[in-house]
Amino acid sequence: MTDVPINKRADPNDIRDRGLSETPEERASYLRAGHTLRSWFLTTDHKRIALLYLVSVTFFFFVGGIAAALIRIDLLTPEGDLLSNEGYNRAFTLHGVIMVWFFLIPSIPNTFGNFLIPLMIGAKDLAFPRLNLLSWYIYVIGGLCTLFVLVAGGVDTGWTFYTPLSSMFAHGQVVMAATAVFIVGFSSILTGLNFIVTIHKLRCPGMTWGRLPLFVWSHYATSLILVLATPVLSITLALIAAERLFGVGVFDPKLGGDPLLYQHLFWFYSHPAVYIMVLPGLGVVSELVTAAARKRVFGYWFVAGSSLAIAAVGFLVWGHHMFVAGQSMYASAVFSFLSLVVAVPSAVKVYNWTATLYKGQIAIDPPFLFAASFIGLFVFGGLTGLVLAMLAVDMHVHDTYFVIAHFHYIMVGGTVSAYFGALHFWWPKMFGRTYPMVWGRIMALLIYLGFNLTFFPQFILGYLGMPRRYHVYPPEWQVWNVLSSTGASILGIAYLLPFVYLLWSLRYGPPASANPWGAAGLEWTVPSPPPKENFVETPVVDYPAYNYPMEMEEGARG
Amino acid sequence: MVDQPYSTVLQQREAATMGMFVFLGTEIMLFGGMFAVALGLRLTHPREFVDSSMQLHVWIGAINTAVLLTSSAAVALAVHAVRARQFRATSVLFVIAAVLGVVFLGIKAFEYATEYREGLLLPPVGVQRLFMDLYLVSTGLHALHVTVGAGLLAAVAAFAPQRATLVENTGLFWHLVDAIWVFLYPVLYLAR
Repeated sequence: MTDVPINKRADPNDIRDRGLSETPEERASYLRAGHTLRSWFLTTDHKRIALLYLVSVTFFFFVGGIAAALIRIDLLTPEGDLLSNEGYNRAFTLHGVIMVWFFLIPSIPNTFGNFLIPLMIGAKDLAFPRLNLLSWYIYVIGGLCTLFVLVAGGVDTGWTFYTPLSSMFAHGQVVMAATAVFIVGFSSILTGLNFIVTIHKLRCPGMTWGRLPLFVWSHYATSLILVLATPVLSITLALIAAERLFGVGVFDPKLGGDPLLYQHLFWFYSHPAVYIMVLPGLGVVSELVTAAARKRVFGYWFVAGSSLAIAAVGFLVWGHHMFVAGQSMYASAVFSFLSLVVAVPSAVKVYNWTATLYKGQIAIDPPFLFAASFIGLFVFGGLTGLVLAMLAVDMHVHDTYFVIAHFHYIMVGGTVSAYFGALHFWWPKMFGRTYPMVWGRIMALLIYLGFNLTFFPQFILGYLGMPRRYHVYPPEWQVWNVLSSTGASILGIAYLLPFVYLLWSLRYGPPASANPWGAAGLEWTVPSPPPKENFVETPVVDYPAYNYPMEMEEGARG
Repeated sequence: MVDQPYSTVLQQREAATMGMFVFLGTEIMLFGGMFAVALGLRLTHPREFVDSSMQLHVWIGAINTAVLLTSSAAVALAVHAVRARQFRATSVLFVIAAVLGVVFLGIKAFEYATEYREGLLLPPVGVQRLFMDLYLVSTGLHALHVTVGAGLLAAVAAFAPQRATLVENTGLFWHLVDAIWVFLYPVLYLAR
């Protein structure tokens, strides 16, 4: 034991010094480039804006999570004893609005996309850094409007704002909620625009389209949807607000207007929005799988192209939300077919991931566990989506818990798993510290188990006929609801765990090397955490994507 | 004068122009929603749609179309002028375009007022009400774009007529505002 004089500061040059508050890399990093509030709130550095988003989407994740907790507690018993009918309606509406627009849509693109796209393509920043900051401020203003809705009594239309309920009958803050979503839509549009231009114009020398990481490809596809679909939602919500405020409406059935037209416009945005939510997750998993297998991805162009195919076909399937709403039978048949078609590129990705893992030297690290749960849950969610796309079966399970379970398998089982996978994979890069692997593994397993326990019973409930958005139900369904609520409490605990060990790692975690996972990709060539300008010298790429050493032949391994 | 993420002026200029085009794409989708509503209304109520359209003042709309097309011509000339480094001409042409934009808004306001006096705006019931609501929302949204566009033209004319990329991108936005009117006019006024 060396004796440590009082007041001796930790030695920054000794990497093993556990009391180290600052490594040399950290001192030169974006995290230490300015310590004032101003240097954070007026930053144009994509990495700092990513962290601003990380904090804000985490906040909204927990606000939405509290609403989910209220729903699950209320559903423990067949009677509606915790919440009034009105209160229950408001709880699930806020849960949906917050989770969709304030967590899922911005989650991966605005945090990890923002942080990683410039690093992955060898750029110093996004194409329009100030626009990027503006996008965060717009998000915050939209978020404040949502919080106003929350304290002013909420809204009870469901996250879909269907007319004529929303325009003529609903009480509560419909206009304010629509305004919040309208505002946050511009944040999405600006982010999508920024990503598209960045990926086109700021790739470093040698970074051809065929060498882009698949994460970037999937964000490119996401951005196309963001800029093409979001404006349609904006105009639709503006029409709702005009109808409610001034009686200037086009959906009013009393005048001969068509409420179904609203559903067409809404789902023209909101079905592609499902792919906004899941495509970034698919990109994350492509990175996690190749890094875990330490192999080149199987069928690069198929995985890249399938992102674009999902984005394109995703625009043509919206009508499957209206099979029982009085839509023409022939239109429904076409939408049913197209909904089956959109499953093909998703399946291509799953096959290619498994082929990538085949004979890989897989490391069972937290990122891989998250990726593996993603694949399993995404397949299950996707296959039940095919069930729902069948016209006859949909008649039976439409608007039941089967639908709820299906899209939570994609949104929570898929996207949220990918989000936490990304957080665990890139955390050492973002903050320069590693966290205890064992806690990461425990969290991944708890999420997987808790998730299945929460949502699998809902498939059964839905098949038995329990409708969505009801909180009073026949007593024979209680057992499934209790199982589901038990799973939700496990899930809730699992979601709180990273607060402990990831925040702990910020101060006490062993410093991370530039490439702690031994992964390929430009972001792993810069120090962890990266310096403010990302690359001291503009990198030149003369090798393919996922440049892992070629895998050994079976015989060569002995 | 190259800003942070860029390495050459050309790269920065290309990025700015591409960003503008993507933004115009979002604008087209925004108005696309309105056109989808118009299509839906026309398909469900073809006769009443035409009857309501006949009530509009087609000549006021025609004059406004001419005003807006003329302003677009001025903007096109301004872009040529800035490429020839004639910044004074650029400024003057942008001011002309902005003034024509204001003239458009004035005529539009006169048209709304006339329609209101005739009881055409906000009729009490029926499909005519739906049509006039569509008319009001879509032309109102377009007028909002004309207002923003005219403000941009004036600002660029006053402060930055020498910034070629900015002039071109402002021009692009104005052309789009013009092009949207070129579609709105036939859909609303000439659908007979």
